[in-house]
Amino acid sequence: MRFSLFSLARQALGGHARWPAQWRSPEPKAAYDAVIVGAGGHGLGTAYYLAKAHGLRNIAVVEKGWLGGGNTGRNTTIIRSNYLWEESEAIYELSVKLWETLSDELNYNVMYSPRGVMMLAHTVHDIQVFKRHVHANRLAGIDNEWLTPEEAKAFCSPLNISPKLRYPVLGAALQRRGGTARHDAVAWGYARAASALGVDIIENAEVTAIRRDANGAVEGVETTRGTIKSKKVGVVAAGHTSVLMNMAGVRMPLESYPLQALVSEPVKPVLSCVVMSNTVHAYISQSDKGELVIGAGTDAYTSYSQTGGLHVSAHTLDAICDLFPTFRRMRMMRNWGGIVDVTPDRSPIIGLTPVPGLYVNCGWGTGGFKATPGSAYVFAATMARGEPHPVAAPFALERFTTGRLIDEAAAAAVAH
Amino acid sequence: MLLIHCPYCRMARPESEFRYGGEAHVVRPAEPANVSDADWAAFLYMRANPKGIHAERWRHVHGCGRFFNALRNTVTDQILRTYPAGTPQPALDAHAEDGR
Amino acid sequence: MAGLHRTNGGGRIDRKKRLSFTFDGKSYEGVAGDTLASALLANGVHLVGRSYKYHRPRGILSAGAEEPNALVAVDRGDGRSAPNLRATQVELYDGLVAESQNRWPSLAYDVGAVNGLFSPLLAAGFYYKTFMGPRLLGSNWAWHKIYEPLIRRAAGLGKAPTQPDPDRYANGFAHCDVLVVGAGPAGLAAALAAAESGARVILCDEQAELGGSLLSEWSIEIDGVPAAAWLAEAVRTLAASPRVTLLPRTQAFGYFAQNFVALAERLTDHLAKPEPSAPRERLWQVRAKHVVLATGAIERPVVFPDNDRPGIMLADAARTYVNRYGVRCGSRAVVVAACDSGYATALDLRRAGVDVAMIVDPRPSGGSAVSGAVKAAGIAVETGATVIATRGRQRVSAVQIGRATSGTWVRCDHVLMTGGWTPSVHLFSQSRGKLAWDEAAQAFLPASVAPGQSQRSVGACRGAFGIAAALEDGFAAGGEAVGWAARARDFKVASDVADFSGVLGASNPGAHESKAFVDFQHDVTVRDLKLAAQEGFRSIEHVKRYTTTGMATDQGKTSNLNALAIVADHLGKPVPAVGLTTFRQPYTPVTFGTIAGASRGDLFDPVRRTPCDGWAQAVGAVFEDVGAWKRARHFPEGSEDMHAAVARECRIVRSAVGMFDASTLGKIEVVGPDAAEFLERLYINPFQKLGVGRCRYGVLLNEAGFIIDDGVIGRIAADRFHVTTTTGGAARVLNMMEDYAQTEFPELKVWLTSTTEQWAVIAVQGPKAREVLAPLVEGVDLDATAFPHMSVKAGRICDVDARIFRVSFTGELGFEINVPADYGAAVWEAVWREVQKHGGCAYGTESMHVLRAEKGFIIVGQETDGTVTPDDVGLGWAIGKSKRDFVGLRSLSRPDIVRSGRKQLVGLLTADPKLVLEEGAQVTAEAKPRVGTPALGHVTSAYWSAKLGRSIALALVADGRARIGARLNIPMPSGDVSVDVVAPVFLDPKGERLNG
Repeated sequence: MRFSLFSLARQALGGHARWPAQWRSPEPKAAYDAVIVGAGGHGLGTAYYLAKAHGLRNIAVVEKGWLGGGNTGRNTTIIRSNYLWEESEAIYELSVKLWETLSDELNYNVMYSPRGVMMLAHTVHDIQVFKRHVHANRLAGIDNEWLTPEEAKAFCSPLNISPKLRYPVLGAALQRRGGTARHDAVAWGYARAASALGVDIIENAEVTAIRRDANGAVEGVETTRGTIKSKKVGVVAAGHTSVLMNMAGVRMPLESYPLQALVSEPVKPVLSCVVMSNTVHAYISQSDKGELVIGAGTDAYTSYSQTGGLHVSAHTLDAICDLFPTFRRMRMMRNWGGIVDVTPDRSPIIGLTPVPGLYVNCGWGTGGFKATPGSAYVFAATMARGEPHPVAAPFALERFTTGRLIDEAAAAAVAH
Repeated sequence: MLLIHCPYCRMARPESEFRYGGEAHVVRPAEPANVSDADWAAFLYMRANPKGIHAERWRHVHGCGRFFNALRNTVTDQILRTYPAGTPQPALDAHAEDGR
Repeated sequence: MAGLHRTNGGGRIDRKKRLSFTFDGKSYEGVAGDTLASALLANGVHLVGRSYKYHRPRGILSAGAEEPNALVAVDRGDGRSAPNLRATQVELYDGLVAESQNRWPSLAYDVGAVNGLFSPLLAAGFYYKTFMGPRLLGSNWAWHKIYEPLIRRAAGLGKAPTQPDPDRYANGFAHCDVLVVGAGPAGLAAALAAAESGARVILCDEQAELGGSLLSEWSIEIDGVPAAAWLAEAVRTLAASPRVTLLPRTQAFGYFAQNFVALAERLTDHLAKPEPSAPRERLWQVRAKHVVLATGAIERPVVFPDNDRPGIMLADAARTYVNRYGVRCGSRAVVVAACDSGYATALDLRRAGVDVAMIVDPRPSGGSAVSGAVKAAGIAVETGATVIATRGRQRVSAVQIGRATSGTWVRCDHVLMTGGWTPSVHLFSQSRGKLAWDEAAQAFLPASVAPGQSQRSVGACRGAFGIAAALEDGFAAGGEAVGWAARARDFKVASDVADFSGVLGASNPGAHESKAFVDFQHDVTVRDLKLAAQEGFRSIEHVKRYTTTGMATDQGKTSNLNALAIVADHLGKPVPAVGLTTFRQPYTPVTFGTIAGASRGDLFDPVRRTPCDGWAQAVGAVFEDVGAWKRARHFPEGSEDMHAAVARECRIVRSAVGMFDASTLGKIEVVGPDAAEFLERLYINPFQKLGVGRCRYGVLLNEAGFIIDDGVIGRIAADRFHVTTTTGGAARVLNMMEDYAQTEFPELKVWLTSTTEQWAVIAVQGPKAREVLAPLVEGVDLDATAFPHMSVKAGRICDVDARIFRVSFTGELGFEINVPADYGAAVWEAVWREVQKHGGCAYGTESMHVLRAEKGFIIVGQETDGTVTPDDVGLGWAIGKSKRDFVGLRSLSRPDIVRSGRKQLVGLLTADPKLVLEEGAQVTAEAKPRVGTPALGHVTSAYWSAKLGRSIALALVADGRARIGARLNIPMPSGDVSVDVVAPVFLDPKGERLNG
């Protein structure tokens, strides 16, 4: 059933009794043309584009828990594309372009809200780095503009631009097309659209082994809901990628860290954009519900515990209270953790693996949500054709051997 | 805030005194010039990143300054053993992870 | 009497201490001991808020932290305002000013209530299905420009403060043998048992008074004395124990690994006139050997149509209001009791003079154990029935009681409901303990404690209900925590309620499930939950996110289990099969400021200042942040701007002499017989053959082959080196050196000491540098042949032992004087006097940058960005050619590092010499590049060179060295800029100025 104001009104008259399930919950079949491991936004999106753009219909997405329950449902929903390197610009900008029409594409309101992402510069070094981004982005046709502290304040009134700040705001880089989206809706929207195209989404099916044939090629996965055969398996499992790839005997350049986020109690609109500061490790926006959504840095050690130390979120709140002294009496309502898989150069890994038929899309670290549509789009093309999509090609695993890294971290401290 | 037992200071101290140092027992090739690009990349970047027991390095940076290794369960964050750098990874007995 | 509805006696209030307060501008009176909620109820005020979505009138539901409805803003003036406070937790003080929220123009007449008319449209998840068109100005236009702003304005609850918070927050760390969370009967007994052994005990409770449920007990006797007397004695005993810390008004909100528990203590919000300097709240971070959780249980509402009208409240809340606060919540009550505890409430209300019209018990056989007492009191009991409809716009006026869809209307002015009790397992779950569904208790109960935690749950939070059970459970656990095996004590409790089981989910939503509320604050109804399940949201996490049940400020304390049961029932699954949402900290909201504590202003990140900093401040230097340091950026004279000051400083250094505070440079003393070998293995340069007294410019890579640091390294003795690092890299380099020394090369005898803070470093640079120093030094021959460039000598300056380096980061004759930090300021002033005699100046980091750029010297972090090799920046010559290995060497032969086309450091000269390029500007081959043209590189440094009378720039450009002599383009918003590629040394390429 198509979603619209009209269908909503008609269903309301009928007491909403006829809304169908948004996605099917089928039993797994014995074999598929392609199996995606991980039903987060990236995995569901991959299945959707495989079905929509590449004509595959016999696809399964297997998920150990409930769909959208990993980092898709645990992040601070920031979207932007003002990255430094041309390879990054290409994939994140592809993503932003897809975000701009994603609600229509999926017939699901993912609430993409281009409210502007403002990154604060606190040191002379920050200014140099951010201006480098601004100039690089302009050449690539990506909007990113430099603001003086006064202009930053005008764009975001609660911001403290006092020169007496411990790290005063010396300026900001603003991407107006950056913003936020409703994270759950992205997973659900892709799930509904993929399911409608025949994709089987199989929840509560944890992959326990990756099966390989005599030649070493992939021939399927074993799950807690039975064996599923497939010559193409795509691992899109964020923090759990190392564990899964290990099942196929592939070591990955990944470490999984806890990443915490928190929300305040909801208040009336008070913060109209997204504000990020790498120097003091804080990012903040206000959700449609009115909560201040605040992201912290990763904890110091690798972990799969989905919790982190209080001192880590506390450090972020220190910074928030300094940058926004009017928020000091606001209250933290909920603090949670996700598991982010971090690569040595803070850029993702997308593409083929040493195991024929096995593909991987991982390493998005703290910034994967924004890339969801673009990542899914190029990964689907890569899996369909058996060779990297041109935008995905630079992100291949081989770069760690050749040394051709795409180091956003070195250029901008942390890639959020 | 983990509580970490420094095997040199022989006391448990809060995490804020320590600095994490990544996976332990990653051996730097003795003759780097003689290893292949792939093996060198493995040394540089490939990590076990296990879900479960992880042998890892810590430095008591705001204490004795020494590096040591720890066995930590990355699911519970419980540190089961700490041991000096350069010593082999100890075996864990079956009850290592029992709560008190 | 403060409030018409106050009883004549009893309770824990002081009827003589009248307190006046206002709510929505209207004045009321309460008494000492009141909460804002009890004071409002005493004045007959039930309508206190509006719901989030439909703006339905809402009253006070509870008497505690679980309150979903009664959210108010309290404003003390001067920026001391706070939204979304639960009126049930706000302690009354004289002069309190509270406002209701989320209504306009007033609480009674709220325009937003029109949403109620559209409620059929506003079912769960409606916003995912619409607001996508019209697409007049693009695909996402309508959402972003029209609907989202409207939704945002409608959403939110209170208003964020608009002024900075003037209050202070404190932070404390504590260690104890036993931390007891919750001072109800179980917690008190646990603390008493632990304290008897002499253990260090911390007992915290969120309420103003210790006692928990005992504060609301009227009839119970413990060990032969009334509950209140027993409580007073218990608190007296604990308070008298020197090793017991009692923390009332303290919420344990987070339980982390290894028995680390975070508590938030409220210090001043309950005071009418707090000391302005007193901290408002305190964060306690407690490391406990054992934790006893005595967090009790929370009463569940009964789900029936229109169960949200003001006046419909939790039964035990009404009992608390009448017994503890002496407030009758109305004159005629209907009690909806699916749990025996509701009967006790009915009796207490009757005793206080409330007319209890009827007890309605959805259970077919009712509360058999207690029905006798109730019947004796003459209260009618209707079993197997429930409320099927209610009336009353801003306060309930009648309820319809029946079994299916028909029933009789009963007039009342409040309805008290209890669906049973949900154990508060929040903290237990946060501690990563495993919960298990207990069919008998119809609740999730603690099953196993997580590894690494030492913890026990006692009393109602583990399903041990009733006062006697709680006391005995608590006492045993308290003793066990301090090592007393199996020591038990019997508590004799009279009039205890034994059965606390209840009914989960909807008792009878019937046809009106769209008005049967489960999550009050978020307006989530039975219909919403069923719709979610119908649409395929089968995991409780999905249901929660789709309907937003349990996501309000109360985080579902009263609603989660009902929601779970309704979904399970609808899906025909057992409750545990639908799952349980994760409990996350904080248990109740915690002020940002409390967590941030004293970490504000300069304490956000402690400032590092050099020994010479005072002088720089005194002369009016302008500072910049570099790492944690404040560094003098330039020293303006008169009305000079930075440009003028830097031009002057640079001119003077080149023509006379300048002095520069280089104390922030990292310094590491590398000592030991293998010190040279060690440095040889770390740095790209050779060090074995470096003579004593000589210096070398060292470049440090990471193992990936990229430059991460640089600095001058002097050989002080055969076995001693003075290593300098960049300002920002000092700690990183030391850590890296320690790592290699301890773990990679443990066979080397080498010791490392950070000496960054031990030395003050004064650079004296310029043709007159030697003349400046000559009168000040002793025992050092400054002559060019005796003290050549790149050498180091020990000597004395101004009667202070010093290490004097002849080095230059400006290209001029230069020295860097290292003196013990304590003498830094004095030596600086002495040098300054000499510098002035030669017409010299002090210069800051900006001039330092210009001077080094004129010479083509790189700044790590500016010319490099973690992707740059020595060869890229023209430092390939520094690599020791005979070295078999050093950190990063192997990576320099990787395919991408040896390919052609890498970016290389070059100089750029603009065609227009007056134009200074912008750092970060991109470099292209062609003018007017099309969008998407790959850049050849970027400008890393760009300055006005006063010496050269033109602008200069350094850049990393693909194949840069091969392009020297070519003309390239810098695309700028204001137009393209032509640049000529030149070698990256603009001044004195032969280095003749080094000789002065």
